[in-house]
Amino acid sequence: MTNNKKPTVVWFQAITCNGNTHSLLSANSSRLELFLNSFDLIYHPSLTIDKSLNEILESKDEIDFLLVEGAISKNSDFFTISDETTNVLLNKLTSKAKYLVAVGSCASYGGVHAKFEQNDNVVGLEESLDKKSTKNLKHEIINLTGCPVHPEWIIQTLFTLNNFGKMAIDEEGRPKELYSTLAHHGCTRNEYFEWKIEGAWGEKEGCLFYDQGCRGPMTHSSCNKILWNDVNSKTRAGMPCIGCTETDFPRDNMLETKKNIGIPFEVPTGISKRAYLSITGVAKTFTIDRLNKKLMD
Amino acid sequence: MENSLKLFSQKGFYNTTIPDIAKSMKMSVGNMYNYFSSKEELAKYAIKYSTNILASQLREINHMEISSKEKIFLFAKMYFENVKNSPEVIEYFLRVYLSNREVFKQGCEGFLCVGEFVTEVMLLLDEGAQNKEFRDQEFFPAFSMIMGSLGGFAFLSGEAVLDKDIMEYSDAIADNIYRALKYDE
Ligand code: SF4
Ligand code: SF4
Repeated sequence: MTNNKKPTVVWFQAITCNGNTHSLLSANSSRLELFLNSFDLIYHPSLTIDKSLNEILESKDEIDFLLVEGAISKNSDFFTISDETTNVLLNKLTSKAKYLVAVGSCASYGGVHAKFEQNDNVVGLEESLDKKSTKNLKHEIINLTGCPVHPEWIIQTLFTLNNFGKMAIDEEGRPKELYSTLAHHGCTRNEYFEWKIEGAWGEKEGCLFYDQGCRGPMTHSSCNKILWNDVNSKTRAGMPCIGCTETDFPRDNMLETKKNIGIPFEVPTGISKRAYLSITGVAKTFTIDRLNKKLMD
Repeated sequence: MENSLKLFSQKGFYNTTIPDIAKSMKMSVGNMYNYFSSKEELAKYAIKYSTNILASQLREINHMEISSKEKIFLFAKMYFENVKNSPEVIEYFLRVYLSNREVFKQGCEGFLCVGEFVTEVMLLLDEGAQNKEFRDQEFFPAFSMIMGSLGGFAFLSGEAVLDKDIMEYSDAIADNIYRALKYDE
């Protein structure tokens, strides 16, 4: 590394299950090492570090990258850190930051916590920030949706922002290079999808779209291209994609395909229902031995 | 094409010959073979042709902004109008396609040749279930409720056993179909 001074990273945890932290810590070890060697992670509440959150808040130093995990609330009856609401802390930290990254679905738009009925004031970063706190930001907020977010997406985002200063994002604030394709792309079950062969939980054969609720064809993410732990993804392992990178997550009955009179309520992104139904009707007509048999006996 | 549908439905698939068809189409036998390599191919083309007529009529109904109940009534009317005015379209389906499955086995498997029409029925049912006009059930029982009644009735008409004009039964049949599909509270 030629940089004399490494860019600083602060990881703030708001209302969270800690899942994104777990995810980061399960990153490919050489990539995590590269990250730690290239950035200065000055604060993370779950890791042993020199500084406390108060010291960070009181210091005059800028934060290069502020990463936020968890949803934000103004309501002090439900959640505070050292008697401050997560909303106040977030605004204070943001006013020092150059880049703000929402890590995971909760930070991006409230996620699962936004479903909490007793407190209707649980939101993501965008909705929580005052105008004046964001004055120093050099970039729009980046939303790394996912429950949890893929560790590689965090690392790639930080490197891209650090090297190029900007990133193309979609209308949900998600980096296009990570979220422009669907979880369906790269799924090893695509051929079963084409020929409409249903699979079951945990099996290697079949597609999980027809009964098991797989959201791969409607979910923007690169899970099947940038594999988890370098080896696998939910759909490759036989678990349907539950669409955790989309803003309607978590939905009800996530492991079921909603149907009316046997016809799926939603069809893959970008195709009309009429076209989809005529193709499926035809595809179902064929019985392809190779695909109907078990891969291994 | 209508002429060949007629011939097939009247004489049956096996009794109809290519020269018969060529004659009815005012074509030479040689020219016929330029279009269809065999009688089977022509029969397959004919099923696509005839069901696509129904499909495009039903597609028009599906695009209308009316209730699913009204769609069922219109669809029944449309179907019986075909039975009355172009009987060959429906007769071909009932008397040739359904009775000579071996001819259609290759190249017309499953929904391959009737897909457009089945898709429109799917969309009709899907919409009705989504607005809670129809109750949720499996597709095929619902499909055969519609097509079974309509087809069965067309058969009765073809056998000339009905007392009245087929159009006079249209609403009663549609009402039966609707009641069978209807959402129950
Ligand atoms: S399992 Fe899901 S992601 Fe994989 S092919 Fe089927 S629908 Fe697509
Ligand atoms: S496969 Fe779907 S559910 Fe799984 S992590 Fe990716 S986006 Fe989320």
